[in-house]
Amino acid sequence: MSEKSIIQVKNLSVSYGNHQVLKNLSIDIPDNKLTAIIGPSGCGKTTLFKTFNRLIDDTDGIKVSGEVLVNGENIYGKDIEITHIRKKMGLLNQRPTPLPMSIFDNVAFGMRLQGLKDKKELAAKVEHYLRLASLWDELKDRLHAPAAALSIGQQQRLCLARGLAVEPEIILGDEPTSALDPISTQHIEQKFKELKEDYTIIMVTHILRQARRLADYIVFMYLGEIIEHGPTDEIFNNPQQKLTQDYVKGVFN
Amino acid sequence: MNTRRKITSTFFETLMKLSAFLIVAVLLYILGTILYKGIPSLSWEMISQKPSAGFYMGGGGGILNAIVGSIYLAGGASLFALFFSLPLVIYINNYAKKNGKFVQVIRLIMDVLYGIPSIVYGTFGFVIMLALGWTVSLLAGIITVGIFVFPILVRSMDEVLRTVPPEVNQAAYSLGATRLETSVFVSLRQAMPGILAGFLLSFGRAIGDAASVLFTAGFTDNIPTSLTQPAATLPLSIFFQLGSPFEEVRNRAYAAAVVLTVIILIISILSRLVMKHFSKYIIK
Amino acid sequence: MTNKRNSFRILADKLSGKVFLTFAVIACSLILLILAGLSFKSYPLLKHVSLFKVIGSSIWAPADGKFGLLPFILSTFLITILATVFAVPVCLLASTYIVEYASNTVRNLIMPVVDILAGIPSVIFGIWGVLVLVPFVSFLGKTFNIATEGYSILAAALVLAVMVFPVLINIFTEVLRTVPNDLRDSALSLGATKWETISKVIYRKAAAGLFAAVILGFSRALGETIAVLMVVGNSPLIPKSIFGMGYPIPALIANNYGEMMSIPMYDAALMTAALILFIIILLFNAAGRLVLIKLEKN
Repeated sequence: MSEKSIIQVKNLSVSYGNHQVLKNLSIDIPDNKLTAIIGPSGCGKTTLFKTFNRLIDDTDGIKVSGEVLVNGENIYGKDIEITHIRKKMGLLNQRPTPLPMSIFDNVAFGMRLQGLKDKKELAAKVEHYLRLASLWDELKDRLHAPAAALSIGQQQRLCLARGLAVEPEIILGDEPTSALDPISTQHIEQKFKELKEDYTIIMVTHILRQARRLADYIVFMYLGEIIEHGPTDEIFNNPQQKLTQDYVKGVFN
Repeated sequence: MNTRRKITSTFFETLMKLSAFLIVAVLLYILGTILYKGIPSLSWEMISQKPSAGFYMGGGGGILNAIVGSIYLAGGASLFALFFSLPLVIYINNYAKKNGKFVQVIRLIMDVLYGIPSIVYGTFGFVIMLALGWTVSLLAGIITVGIFVFPILVRSMDEVLRTVPPEVNQAAYSLGATRLETSVFVSLRQAMPGILAGFLLSFGRAIGDAASVLFTAGFTDNIPTSLTQPAATLPLSIFFQLGSPFEEVRNRAYAAAVVLTVIILIISILSRLVMKHFSKYIIK
Repeated sequence: MTNKRNSFRILADKLSGKVFLTFAVIACSLILLILAGLSFKSYPLLKHVSLFKVIGSSIWAPADGKFGLLPFILSTFLITILATVFAVPVCLLASTYIVEYASNTVRNLIMPVVDILAGIPSVIFGIWGVLVLVPFVSFLGKTFNIATEGYSILAAALVLAVMVFPVLINIFTEVLRTVPNDLRDSALSLGATKWETISKVIYRKAAAGLFAAVILGFSRALGETIAVLMVVGNSPLIPKSIFGMGYPIPALIANNYGEMMSIPMYDAALMTAALILFIIILLFNAAGRLVLIKLEKN
């Protein structure tokens, strides 16, 4: 591959008990692009995705072998400090997961952990990131209300602002619009289009049209294996594999 | 035949209703009995003064020593238990392997400890006291009762922390938080209503229990001014006054029982309010 | 600066893991500590007299150095069994009502009542027992011509029954709730009446859990002290009838702690009583919990 890649997966296998979820995967995720991982449910796309920031470690009885390199550094290596890796990646879950605190504190959380104490600077940064997520105008008068009181769509954009505030290089989205209403979905998609100029975005989605609309690069998975990957145009218009053809045509789901 | 089956069904349904009603009725009967017997002897003097010299023979004064002693003891014991239970509960929920063997064993042990009666903790506290060469004191009482309410606190906090959705913690991890930071700033926040309710629950248990303090806290007509002095408690004060041959003293015991009951009811209501108030930040 | 800060954060995290683990281990060793402490203090007596002799003898004469615990053990079990017999049917029916019949409004009314009942101090139950149950037992004695002082095993069992209501109801309702709805629906659709569904399907399905609840309720009743002490009469003889007086182990310990250091071996005898109580309750508790854990897994 000629382009620079930010995440390189090498011979990655993940098993849960006796069940092998990912079977010896290798792939390079291109830098500064929006990559969509698609495939029918149960194909392992969420599992693959969770290996990128090692949130997979939290799962019971999981075994991971192989390497995942982020900027050339193996995050499954021995002396890796996991919090350091995770900070590089902002995460959006299927359902928004605000932290149990105020709107302001949600955005300030990561920055405070990094040692930012100056109140003025903190307030300015919170405003900046809320603006970036198009939330500032809606929320500026109730920054100290509990985040749990926001609508789901607002919560998801708050999670985006919160993730951006730790200045990540990569944004991870796990079906980030699946719990949202159409308007909020449109909001998030619009944000992704803007953000991919400055960030690498990797998202899992089961909505083919969404992948086609947003992604520059597609990874198609089936039963724990990567069947095909390539630029969006190629995957949708000229897939090399029969399985990919059937899937993008909607023969199975 | 069918009518007989139907009648049987209706019969048992009525029996069930009666049983449920019986439970409510028993509570009301107990509260009613205590209030009826105690309120006539209740006075401001009783709850605002220490016992005078002839108190247990019908002299003047009140049970302020026991009220304050109980609050010191229950507060101290609950704080003591909180200090030990918080790290444990955080450990099994955020640090240890989820649902691993170790965590299961800890939960089993805590459940078993939960079922050990206070009289056993009382004797155990006494053994510790002797081993350390202490005499009866507020501190010895606090430690004994603290051990007694420890499993109660562990259980109520664990119940809440267990229900924190894993995504909430993961969100904090993905922002670069360590396990400690996630525990302190996120899990504890999320579990705060449960922690406070658990604290109040154990406070209520501590203030109402007599068997565990019998050996260790001692009894005194004074209000303790240091941890090394003995302390009176409400249940024991009630118990001793009931043993008196003087009717006036026994009547005051009933009044003291009203005071204790009211404290328990206030704690119960308070814990419900606290739950409600602190749930607003909670992510469901 | 940032690096220094980060290495500090990581160090704090690792250190906290070790400290928290230490707390967990200490807490878990509490059972062993209690066992060791009570054994240590019982040893002076058990060195002279075997445990079986202490359990098997019915002569309680501390001044003569005779410490037979049999009357106390029998009292303890008699009162607890009787209390369980009283409480289980009432609680099972009430719990069934709460789970199977009651509307949300009624449920939200009864469950707080159960919570409040659970929080009422032992001494309050004791007063109620003295004022209400003791005269009630006297009244029964007069009516049926049975000699009784009112202060009796029966009065103690009645007070204990009420005190274990909350334990039983909480676990019963929890267990009954785990019975899947399909089972109810299929029994009802086969033409069973509601009671037939409950007694033949739901109780049967939940049997193990209900049994565990009874064990746990029983073990809770074994250790109750003050309320029982106040109504049981405290006579150290082998109980002859439920209208007679009894003297369970917790009451024995609580009543005599004052002079336990003044008579030789008395403290060791009381500690032996506490040790026996602890071991019995430990076993019952562990058994009940293990059943519940096994059920939860399935």
